[in-house]
Amino acid sequence: MNTMVTAMREPGWRKPSVLPGFGLGMGITIFWMGLIILLPLAFLVWHSSNQSLDDFVQAALLDRRVLHAYWISLSSSVVAAVINTVLGTIVAWTLVRYRFPGHRLLDAMVDLPFALPTAVSGIALTSLLAGNGALGQWLEQAGIRVAFTQLGIIAALTLITMPFVVRSVQPAVENLQHELEEVAASMGASRITILRQIVLPTLLPSILTGMTLAFARALGEYGSVIFIAGNLPFRTEIAPLLIVIKLEQFDYMGATAIATTIMIVSLLLLLLINSMLAWQRRRGQGN
Amino acid sequence: MNSCKIKSALSLLLAAVVLNGCSNDGSDDSVKILNVSYDPTREFYQEVNPLFAGHLRQQTGTDVIIQQSHGGSGSQARAVIDGLEADVVTLALSYDIDSIHDKARVISADWEQDFPYDSAPYTSTIVFLVRKGNPLGISDWPDIIKPGVEVITPNPKTSGGARWNYLAAWGYAWRNAPAGSSDSERDAAAREFVRKLYRNVPILDRGARAATNTFVQRGIGDVFLAWENEAILSIESLGPDEVEIVVPSLSILAEPKVAVVDAVVDKKGTRSIAEAYLQFLYTEQAQLLAAKHHFRPRSDEALAAYSNKFPTLELFTVAEQFGSFAMAQKIHFNDGGEFDQIYQPQP
Amino acid sequence: MITPSRIQQPAQHELPLALQDSNLLRYSLIAVSVGFLLIMLLAPLLIVFGYAFKAGLGAYFAAITEPAAVSAIRLTLLTALICVPLNTIFGIAAAWAICKFEFRGKSLLISLIDLPFSVSPVIAGLVFVILFGAQGTFGPWLQANDIQVIYAVPGIILATLFVTFPFVARELIPLMQALGNADEEASLSLGANGWTTFYRVTLPNIKWGLLYGVILCNARAMGEFGAVSVVSGHIRMQTNTMPLHVEVLYNEYQFTAAFAVASLLALLAVVTLVMKVLIEGRLSTSAK
Repeated sequence: MNTMVTAMREPGWRKPSVLPGFGLGMGITIFWMGLIILLPLAFLVWHSSNQSLDDFVQAALLDRRVLHAYWISLSSSVVAAVINTVLGTIVAWTLVRYRFPGHRLLDAMVDLPFALPTAVSGIALTSLLAGNGALGQWLEQAGIRVAFTQLGIIAALTLITMPFVVRSVQPAVENLQHELEEVAASMGASRITILRQIVLPTLLPSILTGMTLAFARALGEYGSVIFIAGNLPFRTEIAPLLIVIKLEQFDYMGATAIATTIMIVSLLLLLLINSMLAWQRRRGQGN
Repeated sequence: MNSCKIKSALSLLLAAVVLNGCSNDGSDDSVKILNVSYDPTREFYQEVNPLFAGHLRQQTGTDVIIQQSHGGSGSQARAVIDGLEADVVTLALSYDIDSIHDKARVISADWEQDFPYDSAPYTSTIVFLVRKGNPLGISDWPDIIKPGVEVITPNPKTSGGARWNYLAAWGYAWRNAPAGSSDSERDAAAREFVRKLYRNVPILDRGARAATNTFVQRGIGDVFLAWENEAILSIESLGPDEVEIVVPSLSILAEPKVAVVDAVVDKKGTRSIAEAYLQFLYTEQAQLLAAKHHFRPRSDEALAAYSNKFPTLELFTVAEQFGSFAMAQKIHFNDGGEFDQIYQPQP
Repeated sequence: MITPSRIQQPAQHELPLALQDSNLLRYSLIAVSVGFLLIMLLAPLLIVFGYAFKAGLGAYFAAITEPAAVSAIRLTLLTALICVPLNTIFGIAAAWAICKFEFRGKSLLISLIDLPFSVSPVIAGLVFVILFGAQGTFGPWLQANDIQVIYAVPGIILATLFVTFPFVARELIPLMQALGNADEEASLSLGANGWTTFYRVTLPNIKWGLLYGVILCNARAMGEFGAVSVVSGHIRMQTNTMPLHVEVLYNEYQFTAAFAVASLLALLAVVTLVMKVLIEGRLSTSAK
């Protein structure tokens, strides 16, 4: 951690470092990212900018139905990301620190939502939560309808994005240095204080990373949600579904306009959180 | 440990190469044509294709392999527009084939004249599927717009079949408006009718088969609007004891269409085979197969052979009611059209 | 063991007493975790396997050995075998450049790496259609030269590369940032060259993160549906991957077969994780 202190800030875009490999690493990164991600996305934006700005704004920003769909996607994604942040961190901690029967099996299962085709997850979840499903019957009796409401969307997004937080936090818990905890304990800090003041701050970057990724992924998710959402305009219609609807009408412009909007919003959000993390890290190193 | 890793990586790579090598199966003197179709025709073409291959070998000595691609009618059309090299398309709506002509110019404008019956070798219609015993006593269109009746139909924006459902409902209401109504009064009656209908729809599934699953597997809804062929198939394969068909007094003649993709067959030199393939759909044996797979055949003999399956009811065509499918699409289903108005919150 | 190892985290009962959580906390956290995972993972999984074996073992094996299924499995494996190594190399390179050096625009670079997560899978497929489709930018040129990208294997690989792009990098970045540069600098000052330092110092430190990244990347590569569905063309026996084959079967009302193939994908995820556990065991014994 004290290495950066020695590296003086100099004019130029990067600080000098004794480590080699910046050119190679950055070269591969820029090349591959340019080829696979930036070039195609640039074409997408260019394609959607072929229409007049008015059409773009009309299709992507002014249509009330589209706005409702953004809102439903956005709010469901936020709720799903928050649920996963809290529970995912607990799960990661539990899986690394505690041993209990079946913990290996649970650990192995965390990646399932990625491995199963999203449509299969959606179908399975719908079977579970629909009014005649194993869990749905009970919930329905308690007066809670999950399938085909926004709760269903949140459930699907929570399932699909669950691995992000767990898998981001897990390595960080594994790499936690015990000295700090031990020192704090020997100085008489209570366990709760240690968890709150030492463990949590150390894990925070990983937790936030996981949350960001979960949120970003949830925003674009389509395959699983479609089965459980009900898809009624203004009530349970998500933004990615509108993209598909536009495509069915061969309206590439409308589809790319909505897609570009979602993409820019999530890029800005990602940028915000990543900058916050970088700022926090620099501050930590400055001390 | 490291050498171990490298070894396992190498063996994986080797496996990949071997696997890939296997995929080149040698028999290559046969001609391949690709039929890009929509979901409900899978079972039908699975039986037609070997029959046609045998027929062609007998007639010309040529071996043909027919590859199939199925999906939603609209997205299949889009794939052809974007370069999926289909020799023939067999889609749910003329609008989808028109779009291929409009956007990609790989099909000639007058494609509908190329084959008999405006290039629709088989037809279907829209019927109701209800729970066994018909507990709500549904018998005709007015019953399904009553308050409290839950209707399952997919989203007309994403499903070709759902567009037929919508148009059937509209046509029924339009034709049953009080005698002496003007056209605009009839339009208003029809608008009101479909509005009430979609008020009763709790879930808009993406496609016809997803909606079938919602109705049959999940047990949601009282009435399911379906292609006749899909309704019969779902009873056969999903639940003869759970659902039954109700035939309304009046419905629409749904005409799935076929066309040769000119640009592709000319490039590949497969025109004669592609044309023979679509022509073959009109032969007696193919018509019998169509009837077997629950499509209404054009041939009277095939219809007679399966007459108990296809009850007679009054049918109107898209051309009679709406002029053409392209016009219906524009007025009803495009963005801001009649269908979108249903869901606009009332000011 | 005086210095705690970074390689192997001891379980709770091996930890110093001071680091053990109270029983109340421990059991409540375990209860929450197990409950959450059971509802979110086990229940859907049971449904998948329940359907898959509904018609018995014979039907199950018939479903996964029929030619269309085998061809789908082959295509899926091929896609993963190409995509995962490429994105792993990229991920390591990107994490190295980002974590070991300070430069302007780092946050932007990280955000761009994250971007594919937030691009709707439908759009991830569509961008390649816009580029390489018949109506696309390079479409006419490709057609003139008779090169099929979209609706053929290259398109499927491109879409999968796009979707699985961030996984390895995203696992490594927070981890390597937390680790800092001290170890590498020590190694270099002792005279090791860059590659040796990376191989002997960095790699052992990051290997769990790397492994998770590779596993996630692989799982997603095999399970991706939306993006691949747009560029596949759904030609039977030719461009259907496993997830697409599942959809085909589901739409043919062959639920048993559909879930049988889906269960293979689920099994695959579990198998990779079991492999991870085995490697973990072997490494910790060889380290002693």
